[in-house]
Amino acid sequence: MEIDPFIFRLSIFILSIFVGYYVVWSVTPSLHTPLMSVTNAISSVIIVGAIIAALASSNNIFEISNIFGFLAIILAAVNIFGGFLVTQRMLQMYKKKKK
Amino acid sequence: MSANLSAIFYLISGILFILALRGLSSPETSRQGNYFGIAGMTISIIVTFLSVGNFGPGFIYVLIFLLIGGAVGAFIAFRIPMTAMPELVAGFHSLVGLAAVFVAVSAFLKPEAFNLGVVGQIKLASLIEMSLGAAIGAITFSGSIIAFLKLRGIMSGSPITFKGQHYLNLLLGLTIIFLIYYLCNTQASNVFWSLVLISFIVGLLLIIPIGGADMPVVISMLNSYSGWAAAGIGFTLENTALIITGALVGSSGAILSYIMCKGMNRSFFNVILGGWGANEETSSSKDKEQKPVKNGNADDAAFLMKNASSVIIVPGYGMAVAQAQHALREMVDALKKNGVKVSYAIHPVAGRMPGHMNVLLAEANVPYDEVFELEEINNDFANCDVAYVIGANDVTNPVAKTDPQSPIYGMPVLDVEKSKSVLFVKRSLSPGYAGIDNDLFYRDNTLMLFSDAKKMTEEIVKNI
Repeated sequence: MEIDPFIFRLSIFILSIFVGYYVVWSVTPSLHTPLMSVTNAISSVIIVGAIIAALASSNNIFEISNIFGFLAIILAAVNIFGGFLVTQRMLQMYKKKKK
Repeated sequence: MSANLSAIFYLISGILFILALRGLSSPETSRQGNYFGIAGMTISIIVTFLSVGNFGPGFIYVLIFLLIGGAVGAFIAFRIPMTAMPELVAGFHSLVGLAAVFVAVSAFLKPEAFNLGVVGQIKLASLIEMSLGAAIGAITFSGSIIAFLKLRGIMSGSPITFKGQHYLNLLLGLTIIFLIYYLCNTQASNVFWSLVLISFIVGLLLIIPIGGADMPVVISMLNSYSGWAAAGIGFTLENTALIITGALVGSSGAILSYIMCKGMNRSFFNVILGGWGANEETSSSKDKEQKPVKNGNADDAAFLMKNASSVIIVPGYGMAVAQAQHALREMVDALKKNGVKVSYAIHPVAGRMPGHMNVLLAEANVPYDEVFELEEINNDFANCDVAYVIGANDVTNPVAKTDPQSPIYGMPVLDVEKSKSVLFVKRSLSPGYAGIDNDLFYRDNTLMLFSDAKKMTEEIVKNI
């Protein structure tokens, strides 16, 4: 019997939760704020869906579904650039003692 | 680009995102980790363009909108002061939530574009996934907006509660489940819109009863939700990068919520179901009014610290409000010149988000190896000459260890009272967020410095 591809995706999902669990526990508490801003940035990979929605081929690219796609692109892009750059800015500030 | 090839690239993106989080295990590797994250994102976006393969006029618009959003994001990232990080993160969460809603709406209106069937006959599994993504996204959006307004001070930080609140939330939660079920049967767009609308309302109702000092839990929780929303959309789009990322972010936020709750010795549900202190305060404040406190000035404080051999600084949210981190750093520099050993002690829930104090100290050029977490430093208070408490309150209250009646009993606290003397910078004797009096104020070894945190610290610098 064939396995539904959904099961494979579910497996990836569950295994990723475990990976996330162990990886996040190893994050040093002093970097918890950058952790939040970077998770914010990477969750904006939802832009992938926004791009598909915006480029959905039809004669008129300003159909309502495309417009929602464009709006989602703007929101996700704010987050991607803002999230990674602010994380970068924070991480630059963490310095060791000068000896 | 073939579907299989793009799937492999999405997997690579997912792995890069894992490495981005892995990098945060130490400040040295963290910057590299951030580059991994950026690389993963770039790959995902390029692969999506190639696999859609539509480079017509729409593509130009996509690029334009991408750049507009990117410019806004970059502008915010460079301009935002570090003290405003909590509201920035809350604001960003709301954007992820809303983007998830928009993608779900778009998929519902035009399922062909996503290979999900046709309007009115969307595949059942896809319909469930997209409605979950939309519902969680909507809750994340409106909840984060409230969190943002509270953190920004536009909305009062005090909990807003009304009768039957929990029942209303329960009812709305059940309605969401019912609507998803109903949607699967009818595929009616009205049902879908109602689902989104009710989810927005649930998000609002969920966050309004939660008070300002519980914000670390709320932000972590919304972080987690934004991840689950992304994962829901990831299942709809059958996209590995999105599924992996959603799972990572979801578990990351959940762990942070857990750490924050533990830092307050409260259960997650206790925080979510609202108001702490609000119902338990008042009783203790009267009988303590008579107690004498020792009142000091900057000169006394400077003298004490200058002649100490070791000083531990305990920063809290008040330091962030007063923007005192730079003055603090100057004070520490002056002390070091006098041969005093200085370290910083950070309570897990100091500030308004996880790690808030660490970022502020890093901004003021405090080396991160002078900053310690509660477990690392708590035993050192017994051997330290002066503890300088600036803007922290409840997290230093010894009552948490001694009085089982106290609402904060059992909460891990910094053993500040064990140091030879305590300097407590505070505007007045008013109780902290938990609404309870801090026993520390009345101890013989405590010297109260009644002033604004920044002004007091600056004056101490002058006197050293």
